[in-house]
Amino acid sequence: MENAQAYLFYVFAALAVICAIMVVANPFSRSPVTSAMFLVLTMGCLAGLFTLLHAFFLAAVQILVYAGAVMVLFLFVIMLLDLKEEQRRQVKSLSLVAGLVSVGAILAIFVRSLIATKPGEGALANVEGSTSKLGKLLFTQYLLPFEIVSVLLLVAMVGVVLLSKKDLK
Amino acid sequence: MNVGLEHYLVVSAVLFALGLLGVVTRRNILVIYMSLELMLNAANLALVAFSRFNNNLDGQVMVFFIITVAAAEVAVGLALIVALYRRRQTTHVEDLNLLKH
Repeated sequence: MENAQAYLFYVFAALAVICAIMVVANPFSRSPVTSAMFLVLTMGCLAGLFTLLHAFFLAAVQILVYAGAVMVLFLFVIMLLDLKEEQRRQVKSLSLVAGLVSVGAILAIFVRSLIATKPGEGALANVEGSTSKLGKLLFTQYLLPFEIVSVLLLVAMVGVVLLSKKDLK
Repeated sequence: MNVGLEHYLVVSAVLFALGLLGVVTRRNILVIYMSLELMLNAANLALVAFSRFNNNLDGQVMVFFIITVAAAEVAVGLALIVALYRRRQTTHVEDLNLLKH
């Protein structure tokens, strides 16, 4: 049982990283549609990792909201814009080098701080992210943020309707 | 063979770095947006892992809020991109240099 979970973790983690690489730097295609499809796969792998962490509710929400709603919105907009295949402009080597250096530096900081602090030492994994517990927390301790988020969604909806008017002043 | 908190945090850090790389190097505004989503998801993974290993559900509630705010952000951002495309006929960030001159 323990071993099966470890194998599943490595499979999901490797798949998530590979799909993320394909989102950012796909060697075969520059089309945003392939990036979007690989991003859907990454979301699916992350949902698998959430399940391994016993966050069942969040795994379901990840599939429903991210892979379902958000990525469908992305694909819808990509199709709507009717993009031509992005012509290969040469990437400025200066910006590429600067990007790689800064990203490498940030990754090195992450990993070094992980090694230095060892946050997982002596930690026992025993939290279950079940829907009832999460719901109870959400409607008692986090009631005010919950309501604020609902207002935020309403504002976003009004903003989107306004932004997609034909004669945007 | 035991998978601990560090394993999840390393995966999260790698995903975050890949998203950042996409934001810095890619030039298509839609792909930049997708890389942003990737970074948000990496943060979510770290929060869920911390929540599981620190015996505290607050991290998962935080992830719930992040997912909600990300959905709102995507809706507004894509509406902006569509409005921009109507006016300028491009999704290439180097063509969007009106404020530069």
